[in-house]
Amino acid sequence: MKFSINGQSVTFDGDEEMPLLWMLRDVQGLTGTKYGCGQGLCGSCTVHVDGMAVRSCQTPVGDLEGTSVTTIEGLADGDKLTELQQAWADNNVPQCGYCQSGQIMQAANLLAQNPNPTDREIEDAMYGNICRCGTYERIKKAIRSVAGDAS
Amino acid sequence: MTVISKVSKSDVSRRSVLMGMGATGGLLLTAPIFSNAVQAELMGKDMLSNSVYLAIDLDGTAHLYVHRVEMGQGSRTGLPQVIADELCADWDRIKLHAAYGDKKFGDQNTDGSTSIRKFYDTYRVAGATARHMLEAAAAKRWGVSMGDVAAESHKVKNSLTGDTLDYKDLVADAAEMPVPAEADVRLKSRSEHSYIGKPKQNVYMKDFVTGSSEFGQDVRIEGMVYAVAARPPVVGGVLKSYDEAAARAVRGVIDVVELPAMELPAAFKPLGGVAVVAENTWAAIKGREALNPVWDDGPNADYDTTEYEKGLWKALDGPTEKYLTRGDAAKALAEAADVYEASYFVPHQHHIPMEPPAATAKWDGDDLTIWACVQDPQTVQNAVAPFVGKKPEDIKAVTTLLGGAFGRKSKPDFAVEAAIVSKKVGKPVKMVWTREDDVQHGFYHDISTQKVRAGLNADGKMTAYQHIVAYPPIAATFQNGAGHAGFQTGLGLLDIPFAAENLSIESGDAKAHVRIGWLRSVANIQQAFAVGSFVDELARKQGVKTDAMWHELIGSDRKINPADDGAQYSNYGESLDRHPVDTKRLKGALDHVVEMSGYGKRTLPEGHGIGISVHRSFVSYVACALEVQVIDGALKVVKGWMAIDCGLAVNPDRVKAQMEGAVIFGMSIALHGEITAKNGRIEQSNFDGYPVCRIDEAPDVEVSIIASDAPPGGVGEPGVPPVAAALANAIFDATGKRIRRLPIGDQLSA
Repeated sequence: MKFSINGQSVTFDGDEEMPLLWMLRDVQGLTGTKYGCGQGLCGSCTVHVDGMAVRSCQTPVGDLEGTSVTTIEGLADGDKLTELQQAWADNNVPQCGYCQSGQIMQAANLLAQNPNPTDREIEDAMYGNICRCGTYERIKKAIRSVAGDAS
Repeated sequence: MTVISKVSKSDVSRRSVLMGMGATGGLLLTAPIFSNAVQAELMGKDMLSNSVYLAIDLDGTAHLYVHRVEMGQGSRTGLPQVIADELCADWDRIKLHAAYGDKKFGDQNTDGSTSIRKFYDTYRVAGATARHMLEAAAAKRWGVSMGDVAAESHKVKNSLTGDTLDYKDLVADAAEMPVPAEADVRLKSRSEHSYIGKPKQNVYMKDFVTGSSEFGQDVRIEGMVYAVAARPPVVGGVLKSYDEAAARAVRGVIDVVELPAMELPAAFKPLGGVAVVAENTWAAIKGREALNPVWDDGPNADYDTTEYEKGLWKALDGPTEKYLTRGDAAKALAEAADVYEASYFVPHQHHIPMEPPAATAKWDGDDLTIWACVQDPQTVQNAVAPFVGKKPEDIKAVTTLLGGAFGRKSKPDFAVEAAIVSKKVGKPVKMVWTREDDVQHGFYHDISTQKVRAGLNADGKMTAYQHIVAYPPIAATFQNGAGHAGFQTGLGLLDIPFAAENLSIESGDAKAHVRIGWLRSVANIQQAFAVGSFVDELARKQGVKTDAMWHELIGSDRKINPADDGAQYSNYGESLDRHPVDTKRLKGALDHVVEMSGYGKRTLPEGHGIGISVHRSFVSYVACALEVQVIDGALKVVKGWMAIDCGLAVNPDRVKAQMEGAVIFGMSIALHGEITAKNGRIEQSNFDGYPVCRIDEAPDVEVSIIASDAPPGGVGEPGVPPVAAALANAIFDATGKRIRRLPIGDQLSA
């Protein structure tokens, strides 16, 4: 398999059934993508494949030939945070922080497709991402603040 | 602030970090929390060990060794605020180091909402002592008195001349100054505080938003392999056979290692079973699937929560153990003009933190190091020691960030597994718990029944209150056969604020068949649900507002001592002098939330209802109001209000965040949380079977922190207890349907 991760070309000759999640974490050492459920139920492992948010725990590496994968580590431009990441910090969204990579990747994908979502559209898009600490209202605020800037 | 968020994988001893500094003369601080005997012992081993939380090096950098862990509650930001404030430090010249287990730090068990409330004074004194010595060095240099100098933002200023000296230019001299007695160290007044009481951003923020923070699941060390284990599905079960060859045939599998059979009581021992070791987590998971283990289920094979519940209800009929007796509640109930009774049920709950447990162990010859997402590294040392033939203090236990914990990660069975497997395979091993492992092998919150009775006189005044609980207690995890609530009645019942002349708190016998553990706010969960619902029920019966009912039941402003009624009350480990049970503060929180929410004063839209409750736990007082909408059985919590009196709030934004999160956590318990068992096996395994609140259920929550002169109380847990009762009361307000059984589930559509 040959594809790219955060702009770097990678080849993989292991078990093609291996979910991208474990390839990222154990093979590539990119641990920003988190394991939460392994069944696509919690969203902690969300990454972008060709610009679309996917659950990496449900994405076999064998399906990725020729694709371009972006993880949380590849979201910022070097040291410069994206507007969304900055909004996350400005709203002090995270508590424990564990689910937040997935939340941010999901939100980034929402805003890429719909720069000015309604509250209902935010809830629909973020429904699959669980935060056990309960930071949901701040997540909404952070997304709204970026959406507001874009409009 | 610089944060060392990736823990060192080569040498976890702080000795090497600081030895150089010590040799060249740094300022090393005594934090006076140890007995002389302990200090003397530590001093003998390590010249720097008496400076446990703070050291300042020659470039003026203040190194903080925050001994409590970060799991979302904000301790790793709040404790530095305390020490930096008294040190008069520049926040940008602080370096925060990872904590590791060592009893020289004192209590490291980040549990019970204790980090700030138990270490506020200690951290203040540590910071202020260093500031005093720096000021003394400056005064000596200038030949002026202490009264003529004052520290400010990493400098000492001469008030006579206006000259300043940076800390870096004073450190060497300050290290030679005598360490002042604690009584001679001036602590700042609250009006002088620069960090304490002001919002401060989480020190890990940039790591969180860029994915570079390191949790237990994220630890990576050279040569590491990955393990996933099959454990007995019934607690106390034993492995009979398994297909080792099939597991080894899976691509990437390296080894198969049996874990020692567990003997009850479970405590923090590993459960037993067999681990598959592989080149990556995926291969280990596939290897485990091939194991086909066969179990002897042991003494808990028949545990069935549906059947068990029937016995729990019977247990309420006695015989009971009595934990608090005022007057004669039984007699007063028998003689009362009217008796009001209600019973409540709360099922087993589970922590389900977003990060499942994980621990990495490495043996270097006879040296063992463990990196794990644990709430207490010292508990890791103690739990691992008997399994590896080492003394606890000879095991290095390093904490990572914790991806949520809520009490689960104070039980380090997973760290013991990592140590055993690593020793067997001769490689560093990361023991990964899958989500299924987490849900099926938890330390569950007790399943409970409760019966509450109020005796009312002819005027409707409550003359007697009797509260009987039955639940398998936490004690059973450590002591075979324990069956009464014991100390758990101290979590929200022994300090019950009612003025009734007859009062009785009792428990029935209930044996445990799974591991029972503490979950965020512990028995306050079910006990505050019952008390908060019952007061609302009484209010409805009497035709008064619920806040008025609370005021009537509580009565006068006073400080309650449960010992007056024969109770052994631990008050969350605090003295009643420092943290009294203060009915005035309890009523104050309630009145505050009534004011915020407009409870009883607003006309609500059709289908809406509003409910309130209040509860003291972890020496803080929290009142909650929730407004709900129920249309055709569909429930929506439209808005929440939380008022907290936690004494001094060190970091108001994190206090606010904890209250916001507590509403969601409490709603998850009330709406969804239910662990069930059949044939001794847990029937849920992931977020589908054990759902928690998602974003569409999350209301906007308004939080008010009540200004208080009291010392800091707990924050992480006390927000949870009043939520379920407030929700049930709001549902009653909207629909007339009384919820006495959690989870609410589909009860409203029936």
